[in-house]
Amino acid sequence: MRDNAGVSLYRDEGIVLRTQKLGEADRIVTVLTRRTGRIRAAAKGVRKTKSRFGARLEPFTHVDLQFYERRSLDLITQAETLRPYGEPLVTDYPRYTAGTAMLETAEKLTAEEKEPALRQFLLLLGGLRTLADGAHDPRLVLDAYLLRSLSVAGWAPALDECVACGSRNRLRAFAIAAGGAMCGNCRRPGAATPAPPTLELMLALLRGDWEHADGSQPRHRAECSGLVAAYLQWHLEHGIRSLRHVEREAAPITTIDEEPG
Amino acid sequence: MYEGVVQNLIDELGRLPGVGPKSAQRIAFHLLAADPADVERLTKALREVKDKVRFCRTCGNVAEEDECRICRDPRRDPAVICVVEESKDVVAIEKTREFRGRYHVLGGAISPIEGVGPEDLRIRELMQRLADGTVTELILATDPNLEGEATATYLARLVKPMHLKVTRLASGLPVGGDLEYADEVTLGRAFEGRRLLDV
Ligand SMILES: [Zn+2]
Ligand SMILES: [Zn+2]
Repeated sequence: MRDNAGVSLYRDEGIVLRTQKLGEADRIVTVLTRRTGRIRAAAKGVRKTKSRFGARLEPFTHVDLQFYERRSLDLITQAETLRPYGEPLVTDYPRYTAGTAMLETAEKLTAEEKEPALRQFLLLLGGLRTLADGAHDPRLVLDAYLLRSLSVAGWAPALDECVACGSRNRLRAFAIAAGGAMCGNCRRPGAATPAPPTLELMLALLRGDWEHADGSQPRHRAECSGLVAAYLQWHLEHGIRSLRHVEREAAPITTIDEEPG
Repeated sequence: MYEGVVQNLIDELGRLPGVGPKSAQRIAFHLLAADPADVERLTKALREVKDKVRFCRTCGNVAEEDECRICRDPRRDPAVICVVEESKDVVAIEKTREFRGRYHVLGGAISPIEGVGPEDLRIRELMQRLADGTVTELILATDPNLEGEATATYLARLVKPMHLKVTRLASGLPVGGDLEYADEVTLGRAFEGRRLLDV
């Protein structure tokens, strides 16, 4: 057992991903930080309406934090808001649900606590900023974020060449288990067969080509969302629960059934 | 670990919200040492609450009959409904004596990350209550935190075609907290200064 002389204070900025009730008036706050990675820490008295923390520890808040390191759960001792992204999101339900799916994905993709994940942090920060700006369809912002965060996690889908043979022509299918687009020759039974503009939209979102993405048609956006969601759920063992609650228009037309394994 | 029955009690107490293993042990040993009559009263209270108390079929508040005391009270204004997350919020608002309308208890807040969507709350029941046109004002008194705000946003948008007056408690309530912890004066003021929601 370590004695108390070992405890120390540390500071980091982060985005609040989730809060859970703890005891009478406290919360466990999960934060994705710039330097330390994902941290779960306790915040005392935060549920009291007169708490000195106020809304600074609500999900979506970009916040500067001071932690007191403890053996079990670290303690949040100070919090200063950098940007309260929750405020613009909470008054717009489709944006709010898209943002919630981003937070949950960020948590699931940073599996190890306190393992630095700078790129995931920057992606989430950029994603929330774009979502809060309101310049793009929230569904596109979410799908762009999901594609990029999956890529950072090592699961970038192949979108401009066939995952089986590398051909750049006649990309006809999207095979989730195989990891991306497939040409007409390699196409496996059961793979989805999206419209060509849907694959182009996915590629534009992955690369950050907003001009292309903003010009896309609703049916291709819907199909893209369906494929991205299926691809994400395939890679994350327990799935993203909040994805089911994201407000979307019509469901994609193509089947997204996939061969097992 | 203790002998069977004592450990059983500790385990059961430990499943209550806010009771950790240490508190569970403390409560268990307190009960062991307590006067049998005191324990008998506690046992009776527990049994009665499960036997007699149910949820009001109209508003979802805790009730000892089919309908709660407030829904049965003809002096309560049927044209105004105050929407809250939990029954304990009804208690908090009743203490302010500011509100003479009726309630609707949702049973929580929308929380996609916890898997709670609109269909998991008593929103359909609320829409049924609004259908006959008796209600003219809806006060959204969900918690002043992110999930409460998102739930209010969802409801305001849902009832928009019904052309009701939709209000939200004034932001005198510091955001981030739970409604049940607001003191009576703050909550009373929040009621007086409620603002019109326009989504
Ligand atoms: Zn091929
Ligand atoms: Zn009632």
